[in-house]
Amino acid sequence: MPTVSEIMETMDYGPSVEDSGAVRDWLKDRERFGHFIDGSFTAAGRGFVTTDPATGDTLAQISQGTAEDIAAAVKAARKAQPKWAGLSGQERAQYLYAIARTIQKRERFLSVLESLDNGKPIRESRDADIPLVVRHFYHHAGWAALMAEEFPDHSAIGVAGQIIPWNFPLLMLAWKIAPAIAAGNTVVLKPAEYTPLTALAFAEICQEIGLPRGVVNIVTGDGETGAALVEADVDKIAFTGSTEVGRAIRAATAGTGKRLTLELGGKSPFIVMDDADLDAAVEGVVDSIWFNQGQVCCAGSRILVAEAVAERFETRLARRLERLRVGPPLDKSTDVGAIVHPLQKDRIVNLCRQAVTAGADLVGGQPGETCYVAPGYLREVSPANPAWSEEIFGPIATLTTFRTADEAISLANNTRYGLAAMIFSESATVATDLAAQVKSGVVWINGANMFDAAAPFGGMRESGFGREGGRVGMLDYMSAPTIKDIKEKTPKPPKALPDGKAAVAGINRTEKLYIGGAQKRPDGGASYRAASGDLVPLGNRKDIRNAVEAAKKAGKSAAMGGHGRAQVLYFIAENLSLRREELAAKHGGEAVDRAVSRLFYYAAWADKFDGLNVQTKPDYLVNVIPQPFGVIGVVCPNDAPLLGFVSLVAPAIAMGNSVVAIPAQDDPVAAFDLAQIFDTSDLPGGVVNIVSGPKDDLAAVLAAHDDVAALWFCGSKGAEAVERASTGNLKPVWSFPNLDWSADAAQGRRFLDHAVQWKTVWLPYGALPAGTGSVAY
Amino acid sequence: MAEHRNPGTELTADWFADLRINTPAVERRAATLPVRRSIKKEFQAAWLLKAISCIDLTTLAGDDTEDRVARLCAKARQPIAPEMLAAMGVEGLTTGAVCVYPTMVAAAKRALGNSGVPVASVATGFPAGLMPLDLRLAEIRYAVDQGADEIDIVITRAHVLQGDWTALYDEIRAMREACGAAKMKAILATGDLKSLENVARASHVAMQAGSDWIKTSTGKEGVNATLPVSLVMCRAIRDYHAQTGYKVGFKPAGGLKTSKDALAWQVLMVEELGRDWVRPDLFRIGASSLLGDLERQISHYVTGRYAAAHRLTMA
Repeated sequence: MPTVSEIMETMDYGPSVEDSGAVRDWLKDRERFGHFIDGSFTAAGRGFVTTDPATGDTLAQISQGTAEDIAAAVKAARKAQPKWAGLSGQERAQYLYAIARTIQKRERFLSVLESLDNGKPIRESRDADIPLVVRHFYHHAGWAALMAEEFPDHSAIGVAGQIIPWNFPLLMLAWKIAPAIAAGNTVVLKPAEYTPLTALAFAEICQEIGLPRGVVNIVTGDGETGAALVEADVDKIAFTGSTEVGRAIRAATAGTGKRLTLELGGKSPFIVMDDADLDAAVEGVVDSIWFNQGQVCCAGSRILVAEAVAERFETRLARRLERLRVGPPLDKSTDVGAIVHPLQKDRIVNLCRQAVTAGADLVGGQPGETCYVAPGYLREVSPANPAWSEEIFGPIATLTTFRTADEAISLANNTRYGLAAMIFSESATVATDLAAQVKSGVVWINGANMFDAAAPFGGMRESGFGREGGRVGMLDYMSAPTIKDIKEKTPKPPKALPDGKAAVAGINRTEKLYIGGAQKRPDGGASYRAASGDLVPLGNRKDIRNAVEAAKKAGKSAAMGGHGRAQVLYFIAENLSLRREELAAKHGGEAVDRAVSRLFYYAAWADKFDGLNVQTKPDYLVNVIPQPFGVIGVVCPNDAPLLGFVSLVAPAIAMGNSVVAIPAQDDPVAAFDLAQIFDTSDLPGGVVNIVSGPKDDLAAVLAAHDDVAALWFCGSKGAEAVERASTGNLKPVWSFPNLDWSADAAQGRRFLDHAVQWKTVWLPYGALPAGTGSVAY
Repeated sequence: MAEHRNPGTELTADWFADLRINTPAVERRAATLPVRRSIKKEFQAAWLLKAISCIDLTTLAGDDTEDRVARLCAKARQPIAPEMLAAMGVEGLTTGAVCVYPTMVAAAKRALGNSGVPVASVATGFPAGLMPLDLRLAEIRYAVDQGADEIDIVITRAHVLQGDWTALYDEIRAMREACGAAKMKAILATGDLKSLENVARASHVAMQAGSDWIKTSTGKEGVNATLPVSLVMCRAIRDYHAQTGYKVGFKPAGGLKTSKDALAWQVLMVEELGRDWVRPDLFRIGASSLLGDLERQISHYVTGRYAAAHRLTMA
């Protein structure tokens, strides 16, 4: 040990190791863990060990959950659910409050346990993970109390199966369990096999506070246990983890009617504009890719820096990198701890090697002993380099330069993911513009990895769907009141003509597809006979392709603004009512009248479906903004050819989406009649595209199309196929049975909820240190 | 050391004209600095002793007398009881300097004798600095004449608030010339400048005009040294060093009261500038009450007991 005088010369920090005695005693007392089912722990079964990744030492024996264990847990949850949902909001709130309080009283224990099991620095588990866990339970205790008032007529979904990752074990548990039980659901949660310990400690807390048995069940195990949970009799699956597993879950739940939310991978852009505070940007990198060893789904792993400041930025970045301390997770001066598992470490090292082979320079980033990988970054990474697109999930960012703001956005959005984006610019004008254009569920301006229970978190594109946190997150754990459904007429197989039937009297009318604001002959050059007797175009996959292309180009409709879109919808309604008599004769007077009023209804909403400004922390302006998906595929029921079509297309375009619609298969004429009206109502070409033909075949093409960002499928049959086909780009699929479209309930907020994805934009402000003393937003 | 002394540069506005500072980001970084590093046991004792060696032990009160100053100087020569130092195997520890008004310089010099502890004098119409320039320069010359080794000057805040960098530069340049061989600390009075961009720009001008240290505060502003302000000044020092190769020192003043504060600032220096900047030639802490707390912590390290203030030597 150096002497005091020697230290005065070296000025080393020295060791400062958090005491893990209490945690090790706790582990020693238990040694082998069973599952937590129906309020008690089962006997430990066959399983695996969980280890301290920093040393490789075994921490405990964990049971491998079997399908029977899952079934028992689901049964307990099922049994407990009605009573739990039947408690008053206030009663449920008290349980969540007790959980929050108890975790708070045990924050040191849980921090140490988390760092031991996961390898993350104690500073992070102590200052980030555990305080956020506590915050999440407090916040959702509030939602439990307010649910009846704030979500009238909503109810719990039932039993939620929840599968969480190893990077923020207890925090992800909190994000899953808190909203679920606040809304009256019961849960079966499977923690990650690498990091099950804090979930088991949480189970003890549930026991301790007297949470009714069966409300929270925890079954440990690996991917097989997770798969069993997905297959089990649950009403919802909530998954956070890799995109690959998310895809498998999407496929497995297809057609089951299980609600699904997925929070998956990311390759989030980190944009440094030429007017950025470069030191702030460098600290942003530290808080982002060099936080939690880079094992953060929303890490800013692709640094994009303006050429004008690239050199200055990189000098600072390299210098800051040198100051990071890689070391034992429990040392309070450690910045970067151990990677969670040797397999993950190997993956990181391999990806870096591939990146270098493909022409990148690796600065830092060398593998160390056991599970350590030094932080670093890859220079000179072009989009062709594998490191540009592959999620490394380690402390290694890529560095790429850009010239102008539009190029920054193009590069930022050149990814299959869409979880988070970081934007550094001292211009509010520039930063908010980029925030609007970047495709991601979360945007942090002049910062990174800011979280709060009130701020929804979740992805776009292949980063998944659904949100966790705040009001929007609560909706993912509730059911809206059901609308009366009616059985859809089974479509008749559309046969290419001739069928030998006589033509309808009068001038021969030619129906064509409606694509890009123009009438187009179907690619196959064939027609089929509609129920009305008219010949209608028989669309095929190429027509869908063309329609999607046209819809993509129509992206400007979002830029029209709510007022502009309202004007168009009103104009469509006006022109429809002008042709009332003619169309009423063909489609029924009531249908036309209701279509007019439905257009009015969504025109009214177009400029009123507002975002929220949410309360997170003082000096943060946090806006939660509804954004259109882009292209939505709308598969109409084979019923109510006019009103069904209007009821689905109007809300989608009111929110700024463009639509590729498959009209009622047997009778698409109403949709083509509407197309004529669209043409005279200032609807920009391509905002609505109509392809008639075999519903299920065309729907499958839409579902599989990567440029279709969301899919609505209305029908009594066929949901499974489209849900299964949607795994390519993991688009959210809203499938629901045919409705009584004339009912008042066949319009409403829920249609708008499915027409938008929420973007949470964080903007910390402060002219002067400690704020200007003004009132917070 | 003379050859390493910052000679200053021409006024070079390019170095700070396009500088951008995001205040919330600075505050976040400042907030994590003290919690990212933990220094315990003998390491903590060593760091705290190091902090003592960087203190400008200060008395700047209207009721200062020569005897009061002499008592302060005695403390500066022997800030920690010899038996405690001996227990840690440390010898010859003094504070970094003693800091007084110009009229007290002679008394301080006498009291410090051949201890090697420098005497710093405030000057230039401290603390507001709103005196005619020739009088302010005359005050510097007086203090130097009295034997001051270091001069803590105050800047005209109006020049910063009005963005008149030439006036600011010229003023500080003139002061530096008046200092002669005495080293100069430029007090920016950051509590008056308010915005961090003002602080950064003033820091650059002060360094370009030849300051040996830049210093946060007089101790008389509404807000004195804070970590966010210090972080911004340290980054300016870093940038100046990158441009010129000269190392300029930093002196937070008026905000450090506890051992925890001292460690936080030391961590700031090491993390943002490097270990050279925790030694007294490049780091000073302007403080009067801080020493008492450092002493108590060190006493606890040596004896294992918490000491009452009345058992420690009063300054």
